Amino acid sequence: MSISVQNLTKRFGTFVALDNVSLVCPTGQLLALLGPSGSGKTTLLRIIAGLEIPDSGAVYYHDDEITSRSARDRNVGFVFQHYALFRHMTVYDNVAFGLRVRKVPERQVRERVMELLRLVRLEEKAQHYPSELSGGQKQRIALIRALAPDPKVLLLDEPFGALDAKVRAELRLWLRRFHDEFQVTTIFVTHDQEEAFEVADRVVIMNHGRIEQEGTPLEVFEHPATAFVMDFLGNVNKLPVRVEGGKALLGETGSVELPARVFGTSENGRIDAYIRPHELDISRNPDSSNCLTGKIVHLNPAGSVVKVRVLAEDFGLMLNVDLTPERYRALALKSGETVFIIPKAAKVFEPDYSI
Amino acid sequence: MKSEMITQEAVPWPREACRSNGKLSHALRRQTQDPLWVRLVLISLTVLLMGVLVVIPLIHVFYEALRDGLVTYGRYILADPDTRHSIVLTLIVAPIAVLCNVLFGLAAAWLVARFRFPGRTLLVAMIDIPLSVSPVVAGLSFVLLFGMQGFFGPSLRAMGIDILFTVPALIIATTFVTLPYVARELIPLMETLGPDEELAALSLGANGWQIFWRVTLPNIQWGLLYGIILCNARAMGEFGAVSVVSGRIPGETMTMPLQVELLFQDYNSPAAFALASVLTLLAVITLILKVYLEGRHHLRRPPPAWGASPTTPQEKINGTAGGTLP
Repeated sequence: MSISVQNLTKRFGTFVALDNVSLVCPTGQLLALLGPSGSGKTTLLRIIAGLEIPDSGAVYYHDDEITSRSARDRNVGFVFQHYALFRHMTVYDNVAFGLRVRKVPERQVRERVMELLRLVRLEEKAQHYPSELSGGQKQRIALIRALAPDPKVLLLDEPFGALDAKVRAELRLWLRRFHDEFQVTTIFVTHDQEEAFEVADRVVIMNHGRIEQEGTPLEVFEHPATAFVMDFLGNVNKLPVRVEGGKALLGETGSVELPARVFGTSENGRIDAYIRPHELDISRNPDSSNCLTGKIVHLNPAGSVVKVRVLAEDFGLMLNVDLTPERYRALALKSGETVFIIPKAAKVFEPDYSI
Repeated sequence: MKSEMITQEAVPWPREACRSNGKLSHALRRQTQDPLWVRLVLISLTVLLMGVLVVIPLIHVFYEALRDGLVTYGRYILADPDTRHSIVLTLIVAPIAVLCNVLFGLAAAWLVARFRFPGRTLLVAMIDIPLSVSPVVAGLSFVLLFGMQGFFGPSLRAMGIDILFTVPALIIATTFVTLPYVARELIPLMETLGPDEELAALSLGANGWQIFWRVTLPNIQWGLLYGIILCNARAMGEFGAVSVVSGRIPGETMTMPLQVELLFQDYNSPAAFALASVLTLLAVITLILKVYLEGRHHLRRPPPAWGASPTTPQEKINGTAGGTLP
């Protein structure tokens, strides 16, 4: 079942949690709502689930408008950030809850619950209480409890937020496989871009109650629509530039031209250019005129890329550069050396042209 | 300290290390505990106060009541129809007041813990009013409210309803005085529990009744029982407010505490003590029930540390989530 929302607005007092948000999630897709805290992603999820009522706007499941329908009648599976397992019930009773309130015969309840428990390999925990489970186990029980009544939509609020890094990474992959098997339309909320990119078919990036951009992980990463998205997707160098006659110029005298596509001329001024660390190269010779001189401040060769921090004193900039290990070995860089930094690509978000 | 001792015995350390460790623990104990005289003074003060104010009067009540033997004791309680009636009346009034308070307490706690609305803080403060207002004043205000010159009195009279000096007046006064007990027990409990489990039940398709009976009530049952017990103890012993609104009609509106006072005023202290002992006995039974329930409550809770650890031994054996699934 597809989900769509139209022109949703929600205020809490004077705080605008959602500002005229519209979104479509096609049947069977796994969609991530990504954004910093306070961006409205959880509010959006709760409105879709019926746990929150929007001030204005509409929610559709397939073609039915269900904006004013109770969460009880929406047939959604909702997984809470802190699991919200019924603490006085055993694992078995927790999973059975959604079936029992629907008056499903006890024999069918038993079959379904045991089938789901087998699926997550927790059959032997059936008679345990939630407090006797680990975080990862609780999360899996919360998920199958939500799936037990066979919902048409699965909604997860920061599903892995409370888990430690290793369990988290494993559950991520597991959720993806789980989704591929059940094919239920799924929306999940996260503030971790890595998580969103790894699991989701499509990513919706939110900020200040608005959608900044939506698309596949690749689209969003390769072609960020706004400066916020560029910044939020992590680890980017921000350089103040002037835009003049279709050129992005760095420095007071405009000594370095960045390879960015720009159209206009920035009024009296300054605008930020963004360069990802892997879009910068280091060279021993000033190959072209468009390079910055800098001193290597820090080298971190541990990892699949070598992280170099370079101070470009002429511009007062600290730049992060990612090199491949091969490139690093070829250059034989040392801390404290003066090198030349060559920007291979850059991005400028001009206010007038960012449509 | 104890676990340290055990470690010392279990691990074959060199004698020297043991001794220095012993010295260390001794020094630690000296640093973290108060001097002997402080402890002695505090302990004896507590014992003295408890003895003089609680234990001796309690024993004295039963001693006086049973001085003339069990047969006389029984006669004092059961022979006088007014005394018998007072016992029955208390056993009627207290449970009804408790029931009213359970309903009010649940509603108030639900409202305060689950909703944000203007005047919420005021409501919480108002729930406490019966604790701070003298019961006599409360009783008087009901007289003014339901009396012939009062606010509701004339119109109720016109409908042929008398409140003042009847059993309903006793119930109203008792309910007022005991109003905070259940609500105050439940509000912090429900705020700590949070709404998530109820919302989870809702999204799983449960209706309001199902959520209340299957999720909310099991979670608050021990707090609720505790509130009921406290409320009941207070309701049975209430004197001031009840005394004012009852009109003290023997055999009709005299509850046990009122009857005890009446007997005492009539220089019938053996009978007064006998009835007082019954009241005390009810209080002691309530107390025992409370302690028993507290014990059961703690037993039912699994140890928190167990659930809190990120990986239980079982999980380590199974391997973690991702690896074990199809």
